[in-house]
Amino acid sequence: MSSVEPARAGVIHDLGYQRYTGPRLGRRYATLSLYTHSLRTAFGLGRSGKAKVFPWLVVGLVFAVAIVAVVVRSQTNVVFISYLQYPDTVGVPVLLFLAVVAPELVCRDLRAHVLPLYFSRPIARPDYALAKLVAMVSAVWLLLAGPQLLILLGGIFAQTGGWRGGWHEFTDFLGGVAYSGITAVVYASVAVLVASLASRRALAAAAIVGTFLVTAPVVGVLSIVGGSLRELAPVLNPVTLVGGVKRYLFHTKVGLDLGIYGPMYVAVALALVIVCTTLLLARYRKAGA
Amino acid sequence: MALIEISGLTKRYPRVTALDALTVDVQSGIVGLVGANGAGKSTLIKILLGLVAPTTGQVRILGLDPARDGDQVRARVGYMPEHDCLPPDLVAAEFVTHLARVSGLPRAAARERASEALRHVGLYEERYRQIGGYSTGMKQRVKLAQALVHDPDLLLLDEPTNGLDPAGREAMLTLIQRIGTEFNISVVVCSHLLGEVERICDWLVAIDAGRLLRADRVAAMTVQRDVLAIEVDEGTDELAKGLAELGLTVGREARLLLVPLESDETYDVILGVVAALDLPLHRLDQRRHRVAELFTEPEVVDVVR
Repeated sequence: MSSVEPARAGVIHDLGYQRYTGPRLGRRYATLSLYTHSLRTAFGLGRSGKAKVFPWLVVGLVFAVAIVAVVVRSQTNVVFISYLQYPDTVGVPVLLFLAVVAPELVCRDLRAHVLPLYFSRPIARPDYALAKLVAMVSAVWLLLAGPQLLILLGGIFAQTGGWRGGWHEFTDFLGGVAYSGITAVVYASVAVLVASLASRRALAAAAIVGTFLVTAPVVGVLSIVGGSLRELAPVLNPVTLVGGVKRYLFHTKVGLDLGIYGPMYVAVALALVIVCTTLLLARYRKAGA
Repeated sequence: MALIEISGLTKRYPRVTALDALTVDVQSGIVGLVGANGAGKSTLIKILLGLVAPTTGQVRILGLDPARDGDQVRARVGYMPEHDCLPPDLVAAEFVTHLARVSGLPRAAARERASEALRHVGLYEERYRQIGGYSTGMKQRVKLAQALVHDPDLLLLDEPTNGLDPAGREAMLTLIQRIGTEFNISVVVCSHLLGEVERICDWLVAIDAGRLLRADRVAAMTVQRDVLAIEVDEGTDELAKGLAELGLTVGREARLLLVPLESDETYDVILGVVAALDLPLHRLDQRRHRVAELFTEPEVVDVVR
């Protein structure tokens, strides 16, 4: 540093430029980089302390529920929250997580017009949209499967059936994380699509909570009407839709009464994911041009 | 091989024709792409990046066809958009590192080159601050750094001096000139201010309404003869008449008379006429042609400052 003049923001340091001769990885690596960056962003990693507060509050909350489940089981030897029940038990914190994180992943780039910087690189528009969606799915899945793993560890120590019991515990766990996966895919595809349509983060958060909450009373009212509507109406709300899929696929004995419509729940869930993803891709075909 | 080869390039949108049978070859070096707002500069950049397909015509950039090998082109080209494009809540070093990875650089190289790029644009000390707290000048530098981070063979800069104060403009232009000369990276600078880019460019390409106005070396454009500007306090008309009678081509510009400088004798001839007419000479000086004066078509007037 020169003693004549203190270094200022405008000073261009003269230390020579070096060309880059290393490898240039292609479009797949670029997409993967965006995915990992987005997944980190979901939990506030690599960002300011303020951005970390909310995600980790939710993480703390869902693990606290898991710890309670583990403790109750070890003390009373009664399964307090099963692996399949767990994702529904923490439904509200997960919904809040979606409402905050999905806009964080999607709206910031739209609002700050960051997209041209991505699309002038070896990454295509569908790559961008899918990387964001898959990052959101992964974040929600980790949020659910992490505590389930904790419940598994607690369960293996608490159960008394030896190897057989441990294996049984493990298969139950696999069913639980599979259900978490289904939940994550359905919730995230709805949330990311809604977020991508709203320009402001707060608006997007409200819209996400809205789509999950507003459809709930509709389901309730239609269920009261009775008849086959009682068995059909729950497809209208993502939460009850996923609950119906669980009932059908995992043969759980509690919860919704699906009648003969079980397969329809699976079909509607699948269709919902496909439609949301298609609309998301369409949204990014033009965005940030 | 030319850096960019454009032949018969036309881009029609439903309502407007953005580019109209544009044919031009651009050589390596610093190239100024000038034209008024709406002349088709941004459309041309999007076609060069392979983001928009041309209606008709051919483009080759760095020997590649952007319509077919878009990702290969985009891996070797750095683009600095005209408008704000930075997320305010990210740290500059983190963001530029991330974009370096999206450009295909492995993690360690991305981090190293992000620091380097920020250092080259003069943001080394501030690189761990959030972008939201930066001044406009610093943001422009981050935008330049992200275009430079993956060591491109060509930089496309869209109005890089946008929103900067005179000192900031000067610093940005000096930086671009360094990139072109010392870093040995070809640069295309888009601007609606001809006077600004002519100083740093080797080549100028002027377009208007999607058509080519002129493309040439800046040196070739400025090689034309210099002129002498004469100002007298009174008797301007008589002087003009007197000079014309001696066979000089006299131009008028407000109170000034402009005479081409043929040789040193021109000075003597002018002084002789002024003395003969006994006029009060106010000034007599030599003026260099500005490139701006070479674009004489009326449409270019709004291009020129």
